[in-house]
Amino acid sequence: MDNESLKLKVAEYTAKVEKASAKFPERKNLEYNRLYTPLDLEGQDYEKDLGLPGSYPFTRGVQPTMYRGRFWTMRMYAGFSTAEESNKRYRYLLESGGTGLSCAFDLPTQIGYDSDDIISEGEVGKVGVAIDSLADMEILFDQIDLAKVSTSMTINAPASVLLAMYIAVAEKNGIGPEKLNGTIQNDILKEYAARGTYIFPPKPSMRLITNIFEYCSKNVPNWNTISISGYHIREAGSTAAQEIAFTIADGIAYCEAAIKAGLDVDAFAGRLSFFWNAHNNVLEEVAKFRASRRVWAKIMKERFGAKNPKSWMLRVHTQTAGSMLTAQQPDNNVVRVALQTAAAVMGGTQSLHTNSKDEALALPTEASVRVALRTQQIVAYESGLADVVDPLAGSYYVEAMTNQIEAEALKYIQKIDDIGGAVVAIEEGYIQREIQDSAYKWQKEVENNDRVIVGVNKFQIEEKPVEGLLRVDASVGELQKKKLADLRAKRDNAAVTAALAKLEAACGDDSVNLMPIILEAVKTYATLGEICGVMRKVFGEYQAHATL
Amino acid sequence: MEKRVRVLVAKPGLDGHDRGAKVVARALRDAGFEVIYTGLRQTPEQIAEAALQEDVNVIALSLLSGAHNHLFPRIVELIREKGMTDVLIIGGGVIPDADIPVLKAAGISEVFTPGTSTTTIIDYIKENVK
Repeated sequence: MDNESLKLKVAEYTAKVEKASAKFPERKNLEYNRLYTPLDLEGQDYEKDLGLPGSYPFTRGVQPTMYRGRFWTMRMYAGFSTAEESNKRYRYLLESGGTGLSCAFDLPTQIGYDSDDIISEGEVGKVGVAIDSLADMEILFDQIDLAKVSTSMTINAPASVLLAMYIAVAEKNGIGPEKLNGTIQNDILKEYAARGTYIFPPKPSMRLITNIFEYCSKNVPNWNTISISGYHIREAGSTAAQEIAFTIADGIAYCEAAIKAGLDVDAFAGRLSFFWNAHNNVLEEVAKFRASRRVWAKIMKERFGAKNPKSWMLRVHTQTAGSMLTAQQPDNNVVRVALQTAAAVMGGTQSLHTNSKDEALALPTEASVRVALRTQQIVAYESGLADVVDPLAGSYYVEAMTNQIEAEALKYIQKIDDIGGAVVAIEEGYIQREIQDSAYKWQKEVENNDRVIVGVNKFQIEEKPVEGLLRVDASVGELQKKKLADLRAKRDNAAVTAALAKLEAACGDDSVNLMPIILEAVKTYATLGEICGVMRKVFGEYQAHATL
Repeated sequence: MEKRVRVLVAKPGLDGHDRGAKVVARALRDAGFEVIYTGLRQTPEQIAEAALQEDVNVIALSLLSGAHNHLFPRIVELIREKGMTDVLIIGGGVIPDADIPVLKAAGISEVFTPGTSTTTIIDYIKENVK
């Protein structure tokens, strides 16, 4: 059928179904068309727009083999209470077939305070593990072979300190930094925009980040120096297109900062990694993953002139959407996570964390984490979804949606460029407002029953309180305080003072790379709070202005 | 004209999750309340001080980090110490059912957990504000 006669047929079809669908108003005004045909892909050029997996522009995936080689890394985000407790959970996950570690730190650690700081009260060990010094880090990775495992750390403002501790633990175990594999999140811009664990203002924060890029390119070559994160932007309420647009705009800002600091783009770009959300709309999510790879590849090649194909690749870790879990009928969350897993896998993720069914209520129990990990294993080994590379390519709908999300993202990126880049757009509150507007619209849709959330605004039942939730022992704060007091009494305090003085001087000199100096300081068992305290003193603190 | 109800939406502790707080703040504003939002990382002392300065009728606390058992009662205590005896204090976030009676006993009037509609919160405030 040629295009002209197809157009006529489609017009006939549309007239007919418009009438019929008038009877189903709630299914009529969805975000996407009801039908996609070759007409929606007019002008698509296979070579230019898709290419083969492992080839520019990587729409179909960053590796040629994808899951016909290795499966994605099954990396469960975990950490709570003390280093001792979390070490137990990590070893349990590795024994259960998890293939990488992912550390969750408590809020004081993420914001650079020690457990005995007054501001830490009530928060120690709650949303992750409490790490105050190298001593805790040694316990956290006890009996885990850092030469074999890859470790992701969700740490941002104090990422340099936690990375230094990781390098120091490995060194003590006779493992050189060149053998280490893993990721630090290290993405401060999304902290300002959506996640909230910032410490320093943008300028010194960007310096710390580019210092890490430079240090790792020479000393820790297999480390992913940043995980530029859309996950939290989506959790804060953005749309799929906003998620990748705002994140890629952040990525552009990091590249510009590093280039401005004198780094060659190909020296660091291959170690940049990304972090996407796997949300509920399965096919929209697959299109989002595909579109993001194409957008990034073009930006790195055309805008930044990167020459190494590795610099063009958007490699991505994924987490299923925590905000889509419901506290109502929590067993249903297992199904949501399975669908989100399918989306991430068909989208071609490099690693995946699956949430547990009880996470709208508390941190997950061991049993619920097992089901979440098994979900990945079932998708990998039983579903067939991992057997073919980019299986949805060529679907009129998925290709059209990939184009549409790409176009929407590019429009936002242009807008942010016009404002003056991501840093300015965040300082002016533009990105925060866009996210908030989307979050509010979503909430309204749910409350008006325009959007159904099963068990929340439809199909509700009378429910009994859920039992058997994980509770973090309240004594963990006291325990950490005691450990700190012992540490401060035992360590060589003159060495600590000297290392901190050296750090303070270096912070004041922009030409110095802070990483080696932070590494020296952590080895004296200077605490995270002491090290960040010195940096706070020199750099000052970010003052967010709350927007509504 | 009757004085408009003033609500302080506050984020105590170190938690950065503010989607819920902001959505609720906006819904309350759309419902005709005067809304002041504190922003992130407020100590109990800062929240109590803001409540006093802004002369609010309602304090809505949002916390998803699990530190509610420590922070919520502390805020109630400070508010009462400052003599604001009839301020309505409510809370929301990821709060296990088992903790709710404890928080209520400490002076939190009502606790709203995930999935609560904003109209439920609005109605609650209208019925209970003094």
